[in-house]
Amino acid sequence: MAETKINRERCKGCQLCVAVCPQGLIVLDKSLNKRGAQPVYFKGGKCTACGLCFQVCPECCIEVFNNE
Amino acid sequence: MKKAFTRPKSLRDVETHYCPGCGHGVAQRLVCEVIDQLGIRGKTIAVCPVGCAVVAYDYWNFDCCEAAHGRALAVATGIKRVQPDKFVFTYQGDGDLAAIGTAETVHTANRGENLSTVFINNAIYGMTGGQMAPTTLLNQKTATTPLGRDAQREGYPLKVCELLSRLPGVAFLERVALDSAGGIIKAKRAIHQAFVNQLEKKGFSLVEILSPCPVCWGKSALQAQQWLKEEMVKTFPLGRYK
Repeated sequence: MAETKINRERCKGCQLCVAVCPQGLIVLDKSLNKRGAQPVYFKGGKCTACGLCFQVCPECCIEVFNNE
Repeated sequence: MKKAFTRPKSLRDVETHYCPGCGHGVAQRLVCEVIDQLGIRGKTIAVCPVGCAVVAYDYWNFDCCEAAHGRALAVATGIKRVQPDKFVFTYQGDGDLAAIGTAETVHTANRGENLSTVFINNAIYGMTGGQMAPTTLLNQKTATTPLGRDAQREGYPLKVCELLSRLPGVAFLERVALDSAGGIIKAKRAIHQAFVNQLEKKGFSLVEILSPCPVCWGKSALQAQQWLKEEMVKTFPLGRYK
């Protein structure tokens, strides 16, 4: 199983990762973070650790983990 | 769990001042990844520009030097000539490299200095509020061209790769775009080649990175990526120029 961790406080809500995730596993949070941006979160599911979200993130606030 | 993708060591774990969706964050991470891959962090000296990336030294965990506006390549020339064993590169925007620093750029390239340059082209002056840059596209609306850039009045977009490709001192020129995950991976490959060229003493290498500036373009991050992919590449065709 793979997993993606997103630093909620660093996220500026550009949503590039939301658009790029082939599985649609990254979604917008309803509440704002401390900086007032609407961050995204990883909702879980069949993440394949493709790393596309990491590649497009301008804040470098996404980490992808892989067990295999 | 094993980390598959994580922040490179050369990139400090701090918050950046860039707007949401800005290409600078990605480009600076790519530079750090290449430096880590090549294992040259200890001997790297970066020369930072004036522009949005002016405080890149706060984000990079290697030695950096700040140059006056447009003079990054002149400063880098001095550093490299005094310390030829060090790895020296400049990171410049279009207002820095293609406007106020055009003379330094052309002459450094023409002398064939053994340097690497990462050139961020976002077709606008981002830091000062979205004024027209030399690289602004025809008909593109900016703060100083509210009706769109007119060739009769403001001239044509400056194409740096095409301009430098005829100079004999230049070893490597490539234009890439941060328009998608695939484009970002290609950009990293180009930066890697430019950096390796310097280590192999091949001469002047420049990577032009077309980068989104969503706020100054008046678009969302995703729309900016789309505009870059569909409109900007028509004026600035991607590929290897030398």
